[in-house]
Amino acid sequence: MIDSFDDATGNPAIGVDGSSPARQPARGFAQNACVIIPRPRPTHCRVPSRIVPLAITAFTATSALGRGRAAHGEALRSQRGGLRANDFTETPLACAIGRVDGLETLPLPGAFADYDCRNNRLAWLGIGADGFLDAARAAIERYGADRVALVLGTSTGSIGATEEAYRDLEDGRFPARLRNRVLHTPHSLGVFLETALGTRGPCITVATACSSSAKIFAQAERLLRVGLADAAILAGVDTLCGSVLFGFNALELVSPQACRPFDVARRGISIGEAAGFALLERDGAATAPRLLGYGESSDAHHMSTPHPAGLGARLALADAFARSGLTPGAIDYINLHGTATVKNDAVEAVLVADMFPAGARASSTKGFTGHTLGAAGILEAVLTLLAMEQGIVPGTLNSTAPDPVCGPQLALSNETRTIRAALTNSFGFGGNNCILAFGSGRTQ
Amino acid sequence: MARTEQGDLIVHIEGIGWWSPGVVDWSAAALLLRDGAAFPTGGNAKPAATILPPHERRRAPAPVLLACEVAAQACAMADRAAAALPCVFASMHGDLAITDELCTTLATDPLEVSPTRFHNSVHNAPAGYWTIATQCHAASSAVSAWRGSFAAGLLESAVLACVDETPVLFAAYDIAAQGALAGVIQATMPFGAALVLNAKRGPRTLATLRLHHESHAAPAAALPAAQAAFVEATPIAHSLPLFAALARANACRVQLPNGAATSLSIEVLA
Repeated sequence: MIDSFDDATGNPAIGVDGSSPARQPARGFAQNACVIIPRPRPTHCRVPSRIVPLAITAFTATSALGRGRAAHGEALRSQRGGLRANDFTETPLACAIGRVDGLETLPLPGAFADYDCRNNRLAWLGIGADGFLDAARAAIERYGADRVALVLGTSTGSIGATEEAYRDLEDGRFPARLRNRVLHTPHSLGVFLETALGTRGPCITVATACSSSAKIFAQAERLLRVGLADAAILAGVDTLCGSVLFGFNALELVSPQACRPFDVARRGISIGEAAGFALLERDGAATAPRLLGYGESSDAHHMSTPHPAGLGARLALADAFARSGLTPGAIDYINLHGTATVKNDAVEAVLVADMFPAGARASSTKGFTGHTLGAAGILEAVLTLLAMEQGIVPGTLNSTAPDPVCGPQLALSNETRTIRAALTNSFGFGGNNCILAFGSGRTQ
Repeated sequence: MARTEQGDLIVHIEGIGWWSPGVVDWSAAALLLRDGAAFPTGGNAKPAATILPPHERRRAPAPVLLACEVAAQACAMADRAAAALPCVFASMHGDLAITDELCTTLATDPLEVSPTRFHNSVHNAPAGYWTIATQCHAASSAVSAWRGSFAAGLLESAVLACVDETPVLFAAYDIAAQGALAGVIQATMPFGAALVLNAKRGPRTLATLRLHHESHAAPAAALPAAQAAFVEATPIAHSLPLFAALARANACRVQLPNGAATSLSIEVLA
């Protein structure tokens, strides 16, 4: 269904038959839009089957916008952003950050003191919001601990604790308070939450950079479909740390001001931190939103820049449509990856303009929260579910003059709209892509 | 879907890759495993990783070389084009060398962080290099699960193979800790292993596994004393009982650590 969108040439931009037509600028594009010569669609990539939708019976998020759904809903409605001037790093770095207040004075409860670090503190703060912890415990009680999976997404986990240990070395050794080995592995969040919740089902961390906590929805769906679990607790948590702030700075991808996704004057990302949670079950109230589908793919192009034709993203989109049974015309809202880097937004803008009717609405919420990296997938899933609940398309905060490659779908300001079906895009380093499809619950 | 009435998953192994110091493929490893012999645990040799183009091979981080080497071996044995296979890469620690270098730089002069080192620091760096080298556009994942990293990655790979009815590449690896991290992380040598799994039995089937998630911890594995040093030296060696069973090609059941208090029971079917 996505293979016949190029109105100008009549050519498929990704030939299903393996052809690779040179692409002419299509209607609605500036002539200087990136010239795209897509590779052939890999013929071995099988089209997946429809999946049975899963109910999202509880969800919450904590980010620079605040703790819980009400704070996030209010921020979206009132266009209140959460970015501030960087006050996190000791070495000055002129940029904006999306910081969660108060973590410095919120140690984990004594029973979990061994796991104390910024990332696990944010996880614990976040999981307590909106009654999520109670809902998770009730699911464990209802199904049995061995029937509840715990699937985590993070990019850097608690590497902040490792950085701290290196700053405070004692005779070349980690200080005693930071010698718990678990803190220095990518699964730190997983061991902490598995211990705190007492789940006994499969437990695994997905760490695929900025697609991590989108992919956990796909992984959880598979675990339920294959019968290894009856419910899955999903958590995506990433926190501010030196690695990401100075690492992205070294790649010259950090904006000196608050990020401006899709704006002609965009200059890069603003890094944020967040914790997002979702509970997936086979059945739920008719009013509960649904996970309708997902698509995962690899760009096979470059470690830190997207495929110029968005090939991986297009394949992920095709699979999300195939699994959900949706078509481009059925999508009311797309929460874009929209990091505000020059390249990501150019490729993603062309993808949206190509693939969706003019009436579809699309925006990036990174201007509100910053790019929360491994937590972005689930944070933006939660924002999308809130947008559905409230019947608003959140505007692309901080952006005023869209890049000419953007199609008419881009929403700069808030719009009122009934959202029945929505997508969220997540694209990570290593060319790792994941697109999720959500459906609204029935209104009461 | 290849699932038994008890909810177990059944998958068939079509290819096996192995690289540990001095034991550079599955046939060499199988000999040692059959005999219960000692594995070398030292040396500075690097995996050949010829699947990577020469310029990438020269600059690729150690985990990338290791993971790509074993992944390529498994695909070659399975006679499967890597481009077509969804892939799952598992590692308990990720790139311990880059973490040491990055944290050392951050502690002294954060503005000197190397951009290349940073983008190579992501846990999915091997998946990224692998998909680029093999032109694989299928789903790729990078997972971690503490001591259960091998088992959790194997289970996810088997799930993927069963629900989407596709052969799947699974590779697990860890390298040695260095610098101050070596004081807390128990990992002193590189080791990687890979499997190509298929939910369908076919002419390429080498062995068949029946996987069952256990909601209790695994008992300590009974391994030959000669292999104790190997198990101490690298977390992915938690997989050794499975590979020993595959080398001996006799029906048996092994149990590998998975979650904090759970395990993966694997029946190797004759």
